[in-house]
Amino acid sequence: MSKKTYRQAINEALAQEMRRDPTVIFMGEDNVGGMGAPGEDDAWGGVLGVTKGLMPEFGRERCLDTPISESAFIGAAVGAAATGLRPVAELMFVDFMGVCFDQIFNQAAKFRYMFGGKAVTPVVIRTMYGAGFRAASQHSQCLYPLFTHIPGLKVVMPSSPYEAKGLLTQAIRDDDPVIFFEHKVLYDDEEEVPDDPYTLPFGEANLTREGDDVAIVTLGRMVKLSNEVADKLEGDGISCTVVDLRTTSPLDEDTIIECAEETGRVVVVDEANPRCSMATDISALITQNAFGALKSPIKMVTAPHTPPPFAPELEDIYIPTPAKIEAAVREVVAYSREVVA
Amino acid sequence: MMSPSGMQLPREELVRAYRMMCDIRHFEDSVHDEFAAGSIPGFVHLYAGEEASAVGFMMHLNDADRIASTHRGHGHCIAKGCDVKAMMKEIYGRADGLCGGKGGSMHIADLTKGMMGANGIVGGGPPLICGAALSAKTLKTGGVAVAFVGDGGSNQGTTLESYNLAKVWNLPAIFVVEDNRYAESTASAWSVGGSQLKRAEGFGMPGRKVDGHDFFDVYDAAAEAIGRARNGEGPSLVHVETYRYYGHFEGDAITYRTPEEEEQMKTQKDCLKIFSQRVTETGLLDASALEEVEAESRSLIEQAVAEAKAAPAPGPDKLLTDVYVSY
Repeated sequence: MSKKTYRQAINEALAQEMRRDPTVIFMGEDNVGGMGAPGEDDAWGGVLGVTKGLMPEFGRERCLDTPISESAFIGAAVGAAATGLRPVAELMFVDFMGVCFDQIFNQAAKFRYMFGGKAVTPVVIRTMYGAGFRAASQHSQCLYPLFTHIPGLKVVMPSSPYEAKGLLTQAIRDDDPVIFFEHKVLYDDEEEVPDDPYTLPFGEANLTREGDDVAIVTLGRMVKLSNEVADKLEGDGISCTVVDLRTTSPLDEDTIIECAEETGRVVVVDEANPRCSMATDISALITQNAFGALKSPIKMVTAPHTPPPFAPELEDIYIPTPAKIEAAVREVVAYSREVVA
Repeated sequence: MMSPSGMQLPREELVRAYRMMCDIRHFEDSVHDEFAAGSIPGFVHLYAGEEASAVGFMMHLNDADRIASTHRGHGHCIAKGCDVKAMMKEIYGRADGLCGGKGGSMHIADLTKGMMGANGIVGGGPPLICGAALSAKTLKTGGVAVAFVGDGGSNQGTTLESYNLAKVWNLPAIFVVEDNRYAESTASAWSVGGSQLKRAEGFGMPGRKVDGHDFFDVYDAAAEAIGRARNGEGPSLVHVETYRYYGHFEGDAITYRTPEEEEQMKTQKDCLKIFSQRVTETGLLDASALEEVEAESRSLIEQAVAEAKAAPAPGPDKLLTDVYVSY
């Protein structure tokens, strides 16, 4: 056990799986970096250095730089997965899925079903998401609802370094296509992470806080913010459960419903835009299955239904904040049903 | 390097090639008739007329070599070794079809035969073939991977990106542009800017144009391109000029070309007739041998249709299976 950043945890999971299984390879734009250029070998390790240091150990044959050509190399990762390799492809920013989405949702996601169960496609697509870098509309989106909507894809949302290592190890060993969402603001977060390989299961939510009054259902970076709020409100006598979904597909419906039933008050915190989102999906799930247990309407804390803005003053009010989460929790606690005679 | 010539093929290989071409022709003619009779659901795109292209390439491939096909995929499937009876059942949506009735005409696949699927997305296959070629290269299987696209698919960004990726990764990949003159109703003479061969040249790949009605011309070009890939010399492109006998899809009124053109192509450029003439005139095979192959093929396809018609549909429990390996 030692302190590792989110970035180091991802790098370590990849390195350990590449040692364990010679069919694991990775590819992406500048994932090694400096290909064909006169400077350093292993120049970058991806734009944020996540894969840095792997090429010297595993060689260029397993650590592949690609042209800026997402349709071709994401498709190649899918084709390689269907023919014996376990590729981990990096789609630098999830916003770029627009140029390669066919290969993900019409090819990778469909092979198993439309080929009558005879295909496996063990590909992992790692991708960076989320706002907070002043990166504006085309480099800050969440977009995980789009992938969650597609049957055949698994969608993973690690919320911390410990989660990232265990979930990525599981993703690489999984025989289905996995979209692995890394929040760009989390890369330098640090916590204790086991040195040995371990897996965390898909479809099993993790309760990061347990309380009686309110269930905060959340995912990705919002878990950290929700934990902060839960810790603060504990001092004010409001005890919260925080449900870290870990994966949106498969979705741990049982835990969500149980926590809603136990507390009767639910706040869903989701960084994505609100229409057709995890926030609306979870709200619908709870009203269909735990309506009788609810003591107040479900509150959603999400981004507004706008593209992510550039100006820091605007981006800061675009992203859900601890203050907004706290206000929502206080609102569901204060709610009382007026009985009309 | 001297590539092997199709004219030097032994008798049994010529018979094998002719048999595959006959199987494809009879299969497609039967599907055409059955679709018209209303017994086949969905969207169907037929390969009749283009047989020499699929067979000319597939004669060089084994099960470890991979191909990706198009929406017009029956011919590639048959030539790559997919079971024709299971294919016919798949087209009828039957439980024991090649994909359990879940894929249909546009998604027939058999990965054990290296057939990575017909594809409902124009230009969907070339990136996948880069991946299959990468697997072959990384795992050192000695295999190659072949992407078939039409003239329509040749204009997709995925195809052009795949040319580049295959080149810069030096992959054992072959891109076969089957130019049957029409992308749906639009002439390739209009829709393709520049030329297929100049596109290959632009990406630093060898390219060769062949007469797709002549099995031997296709066979020889395929030998050259596949040989280069097997030797680690990277990707190639082959531009096959061909013609489809039926419409873009079954039900197409084919108002965009003339009956005279169709008649001329069928009488003067039919790949089965040209093959027969070549092998009988040169004494490689005699007419009776060809007739025997033709009759066996016809009988097999008749059986395939009869069995497919009689086969049961998938049960409702099959709706929810095969989405994930584990969940």
